[in-house]
Amino acid sequence: MKRNLLFLLGVVVITAVLLLIGVPVYTMHILVQVLLWGAICSGWTLLGRFGITSMGHGAFVGIGAYGVVLLWNHLGITPWLGVPIAAAAAMLLAFAVGYPCFKLRVVGRNFSLVTMAMAVVVQLTIIAARDVTGGSLGLTPKAQTSAPLLALQFPNKNVAFLFALGFWLVVLWVMTRLNASMTSLSLAASAEQEDAAEAIGINVAREKLKVLLLSAAVTAVGGALLGQYLMYINPETLSGSPVSLQILYASIAGGMYTVLGPTIGSGLTLALTESLRVLFGTRFIGAANTIYGLMLILFVIFMPQGIWGTILSKLQGRTSRRARSLL
Amino acid sequence: MLELKKVSAGYGAFKALFDIDMSVQAGEAVGVIGPNGAGKTTLLRVISGLIRPWSGTITLNGQEIGGKPAYEIVAAGIAHVPENRRLFPRLTVEENLKIGAFVHSARGQLRERLAWVYDLFPRLKERRNQLAETLSGGEQQMCAIARALMSRPTILLMDEPSAGLAPVIVDQVFELVQRIREEGFTVLIVEQNIQSLLDVVERAYLLEVGTIKLAGTAAEMREHPFVRTAYLGM
Amino acid sequence: MDTFLLEAMINGILLGGVFALLTIGLNLIFGVIDVVWIAYTELVMVGMYAIYCLYSGLGLPLLVACLIAVAFVTVLGALVHFLIIAPILDSPPINQLLATGGLLFFLQSFATLLFTTDFRNIGVRLPSLQLGGMFISTARLLAFIVALIAVTCLYLFLKYTYWGLAIRAIAQDRHIIGLMGIDQRWAYGITSAIGGALAGLAACLLVLQYDIQPFIGNSFGPIVWMNCVFGGLGNLVGGFLSAFIVSEIIAISGYYISTDLSYACAFAAFIVIMFFKPRGIFSK
Ligand SMILES: Nc1ncnc2c1ncn2[C@@H]1O[C@H](COP(=O)(O)OP(=O)(O)OP(=O)(O)O)[C@@H](O)[C@H]1O
Ligand SMILES: [Mg+2]
Repeated sequence: MKRNLLFLLGVVVITAVLLLIGVPVYTMHILVQVLLWGAICSGWTLLGRFGITSMGHGAFVGIGAYGVVLLWNHLGITPWLGVPIAAAAAMLLAFAVGYPCFKLRVVGRNFSLVTMAMAVVVQLTIIAARDVTGGSLGLTPKAQTSAPLLALQFPNKNVAFLFALGFWLVVLWVMTRLNASMTSLSLAASAEQEDAAEAIGINVAREKLKVLLLSAAVTAVGGALLGQYLMYINPETLSGSPVSLQILYASIAGGMYTVLGPTIGSGLTLALTESLRVLFGTRFIGAANTIYGLMLILFVIFMPQGIWGTILSKLQGRTSRRARSLL
Repeated sequence: MLELKKVSAGYGAFKALFDIDMSVQAGEAVGVIGPNGAGKTTLLRVISGLIRPWSGTITLNGQEIGGKPAYEIVAAGIAHVPENRRLFPRLTVEENLKIGAFVHSARGQLRERLAWVYDLFPRLKERRNQLAETLSGGEQQMCAIARALMSRPTILLMDEPSAGLAPVIVDQVFELVQRIREEGFTVLIVEQNIQSLLDVVERAYLLEVGTIKLAGTAAEMREHPFVRTAYLGM
Repeated sequence: MDTFLLEAMINGILLGGVFALLTIGLNLIFGVIDVVWIAYTELVMVGMYAIYCLYSGLGLPLLVACLIAVAFVTVLGALVHFLIIAPILDSPPINQLLATGGLLFFLQSFATLLFTTDFRNIGVRLPSLQLGGMFISTARLLAFIVALIAVTCLYLFLKYTYWGLAIRAIAQDRHIIGLMGIDQRWAYGITSAIGGALAGLAACLLVLQYDIQPFIGNSFGPIVWMNCVFGGLGNLVGGFLSAFIVSEIIAISGYYISTDLSYACAFAAFIVIMFFKPRGIFSK
């Protein structure tokens, strides 16, 4: 508890300093995205750290982003209401897919494939419903210039930063709470042996479902905030399987058994893609992602615990049992 | 011809065999007995290269084979009939036999070899186009042994060939072993069925918790007071 | 019967041929090596660009270009195995998924780097056959026939050669394969090369029907995946049949509903099937 307070204090101080000295707009832009993607990845990790690898969280990101903008653009429902509605929709989808999965023990690789298909369905549906969603061309939330915050639109990067920071802190708090809870314990038990866990009276399916719903909600809210911040959403960048894979990679790159790992992973991923983009400019389209892909492969082969995880275990001079057996 | 010197082996951090010394001469039949979990299967696995020895040497006709991969050891002349038979269930009987002749020296002689094992096991000939999973337990054991014989090994390792079979069939399996001996093969058999085993082997080793506790001729083993009380129930 | 529906159905079956090739390739790798190659259809994309370079760029005869491309993708398949999969064979399955996912990013982006995202084509268009008021695409007919021949050859290989036998045996029990005198590394390498060859062949057949762009693998990848799961992962015959069933479903629902949604429906069906028949629709 004390450590958490200390951490919070540190964050507040750093934020105050950043805002006071004034950070360049571009840096702020990156920071906001790191925080939001960091929160999304942390949301994924809630589930991922129990060895339940969803390859479909892009679906929740998409539902969050599209839900909010569609409600606002077409029905005039403010995003302040739209966010909880979209999060609820994401949870509903998570329930519809997760309940049978966990009940019928669709686990491991099969769960990954099912969730991947889920993301594809969402993405294809968004594209197919082009009359309302704008299809592959994407969609822009109707600007609310007089009082942007009423429509959860951010007048400047600093405000966006504060929102992103707040959301990120909430997600980290949820993460630490979950780690300390019974649910976490019983899931950790079931990750090793589902039957044994059932035998001592743990309803594994229900515990898994709880975490999945939580994870879907967090991811959807993150997606919604991203959409509101970028003021432009499209099915490629904010839904579907490529996004799902990126979430997965960033979380794992950072290391998913630590609280800050997913955020560090998102930070590194963004820093990498941004700097490669700056380095190569528009002359060599694809160069950045070529190197990114190559690094992913090398990464899985040589650093399967993630960067942060590897550093931590080096520091501690040992590898935790779980970190070794799972990625 | 097969010689193990101070061989140790195990799984992960778990050591299952401790400094095993053992030898099998050409033309001999040697048995290995011991309680469940003693390391009998592990012993055969380490000889046939399914797992690597941690230390010690294994030689076949003076050549070091310890630590070589399994596929080289088969080619060197050691065939292993694994525990629980392990046929390829969805290949036919003949395909199972054919894959036993995968080693280069055997490929050219597929026809002769097939004719030979069919001669040894006429039942398999009748069922040669049947999927292996549809064979009865006894037939599966025949097929597993025949598959190992297809490479014409100099030594045949057998892991509990009678396990899980009805008493009548068990007798047939031991008759089979006898026939294989008469064909001139050297065999090393792991068995729980000690009475019958001691009838077909010349010598036997008693393995307990990864070490050799006793060794001797079949007659000596049968008369040994410890074996009699602990294993033969007399 | 409505000739347009009939036309859609016939074209669906013809399309199934190429899907069958890819499904069998992926299923073979899955069944034998027990890894999931997310980037499998990206090999098709590489093959298509190879043909484009050799035919449109260097001016080689089309057939020669195709043969070289198939050889190239075959080698690429083996390379993917030895460079990426082999080092992580013992890692958790999810690592393998991730590594091949990285390969997907890499191949797509590298193609973008070399060729940009512009659509390219080799400028060969085969005429359509007219048959009693229906238009049947010759390119698809050709693809169908070649695919069937290739599948037959693969069947003969698996059925009658030693390595084919070894490959089938590994899929059934990989732990004792060494006892048969089989070097598992070779068997895996050969399997991956065959997978590559099938992808390369599919590239030759698809290059006559589609424009080439770096993300073309995305249009086939999920479908091929779905076929594999429909037919039972690792089950070659099941995969072969389901390739036709799925492409027929898509063709017919594409005729009645819109094409976009027909794909979405197919994936939704996939999810439901995973719940009840995780080992495929042909499992007992
Ligand atoms: N694959 C494995 N991984 C880890 N430990 C193993 C493995 N196989 C066997 N062991 C352990 O090694 C020891 C020896 O096992 P082994 O199978 O050699 O015994 P065995 O004498 O053949 O027993 P049985 O008569 O039951 O077949 C046992 O304690 C067993 O638990
Ligand atoms: Mg045993």
